[in-house]
Amino acid sequence: MRHRYRIAGALPLGPAVVLLLLFLAGPIAYCVYIAFTDLQLTGQAHSSFVGLANFRRAFRDDAFLNAVWLTLVFTVLSSLVGQNTLGLALAALMKRASKPVRTLTGGVVVTAWVLPEVVAGFLLYAFFRREGTLNAILDWLHLPRQNWLFTLPILAVSFANVWRGTAFSMLVYSAALDEIPAEITEAAEVDGAGGWRRLWHITLPMIRRSIGTNLMLNTLQTLSVFGLIWVMTRGGPGDRSQTLPLFMYEQAFQNSMIGYGTAVALLLLLVGSLFSVVHLRLLRTEV
Amino acid sequence: MPRKRASRRLAADVSLLAVAAAFALPLAWVLLSAVDPHAGLRVRVPDGLTLDNFDAILTPEITYTPLLNSLVLCGGATALTVVCAALAAYPLSRFRSRLNRPFLLTILFATSLPITAIMVPVYALFVRVNLIDTLQGTVFFFTASQLPFAIWLMKNFMDGVPRELEEAAWTDGASALQSLARIVLPLMGPGLAVVTVFSFVMMWGNFFVPFMLLLSPDRMPASVSVNDFFGNRGMVAYGQLAAFSVIYSTPVILLYVLVARRLGGGFALGGAVKG
Repeated sequence: MRHRYRIAGALPLGPAVVLLLLFLAGPIAYCVYIAFTDLQLTGQAHSSFVGLANFRRAFRDDAFLNAVWLTLVFTVLSSLVGQNTLGLALAALMKRASKPVRTLTGGVVVTAWVLPEVVAGFLLYAFFRREGTLNAILDWLHLPRQNWLFTLPILAVSFANVWRGTAFSMLVYSAALDEIPAEITEAAEVDGAGGWRRLWHITLPMIRRSIGTNLMLNTLQTLSVFGLIWVMTRGGPGDRSQTLPLFMYEQAFQNSMIGYGTAVALLLLLVGSLFSVVHLRLLRTEV
Repeated sequence: MPRKRASRRLAADVSLLAVAAAFALPLAWVLLSAVDPHAGLRVRVPDGLTLDNFDAILTPEITYTPLLNSLVLCGGATALTVVCAALAAYPLSRFRSRLNRPFLLTILFATSLPITAIMVPVYALFVRVNLIDTLQGTVFFFTASQLPFAIWLMKNFMDGVPRELEEAAWTDGASALQSLARIVLPLMGPGLAVVTVFSFVMMWGNFFVPFMLLLSPDRMPASVSVNDFFGNRGMVAYGQLAAFSVIYSTPVILLYVLVARRLGGGFALGGAVKG
């Protein structure tokens, strides 16, 4: 009886495993393979193995290094600094605020998150354009206006990503803060610990696991942003907001170099896997 | 003490309202522009209300076909995802096996891989096996990319259903599939709703996957076709773009509200993601 369960019992896993192998593991294996070839888009019959040539080329390619740098800026600004800090601040403020304000803010922030990526891109494009809302506000405040998408495109898309992604951090931190027993914060308050000291010595240490998880997930999400930047700037002007996903796309399709584009993709995948493993380690202590 | 608390609440309220206002500005633009006869790029009170923007876009070519494509694509992939995830979660949640832990760790690892990175090889692979520009190919890829997270969520929700209820059914001779369908799934309605809605919302908003894997304009879902407002039609009609955005976004917002309300305000995802 037990033995029968063991074989028949695993059968329901079948459909999922087949799909995952064919359409997820398959492409990843194929990715590893063509990253070492000179495969091109233009009807070329066969490709040949070129070893590490694609990778050597990448590290000499200024455009690639530019994309790495911009990806770093984009990730640090929008994920580590923006979404994470703002999300924590919102979650902490919401614990003190009155109910209607809490509901309203939560609703608005979450709406930005639920909106389709492309729509979010349009909204922020309109916001940052020369004729857009941001400049209208600056005029009204008698501050100098900027052509944001031209002078500081990477800053504009980073803000866009903060706008779109903060809700996730907010939800994670709200759940984490709710788990801190009220007696602990109250005891600290009675002992005369001020707001900042309570935050530093009590709140942050108690939610450190959530912070780790949230940072990892934010970073992974930010590394793979494509549509938002594509809609707002197409990676431009020039290549001034061209992060790695956009660079990879341009190499593969505008320059027809699938092999080179995939090598870049593989590097991105490696960085992603690294974060993913760290994420697993953080979870493992809990699971 | 109460006075201090009250002033603290006021400070929190004011700061939150400031953030909410900043977040609301882009949303206000899309809502106001959609009914503004002379919409531009900035937030402003419309000079007169009009439904002309909606009239102009509610044609088969601009709205109905892309939305129908989105529905078929995302609906199909969501159905497949939920069925496969429910089946896969059952043995993982109910039977003890040495393979469960490695399998779950692999799944968890896959949930956070940047799918964007593999789109170029997926494109090349799909060209090779003639799945490029096909509905089924895109559905299969969507499903595979969503499955890791769906299985993980589903397994966690299923763990919450007590085993005792099933053991009675087993002694009555019910098979594993029967007890899954008749006992476990009906008892995890909210969990099932979360997995379904989350998968659908992710796919509905996904731009890059259909952008890469579909080529014919008449197969494009709304997430890709909406770019035509910029590309082909010359002068951008911002009012129409805003109207289309409103129509395209409404279903996912409604679905989210539905699920969030059923789960009592706080979306369980924050907790579920934490593991």
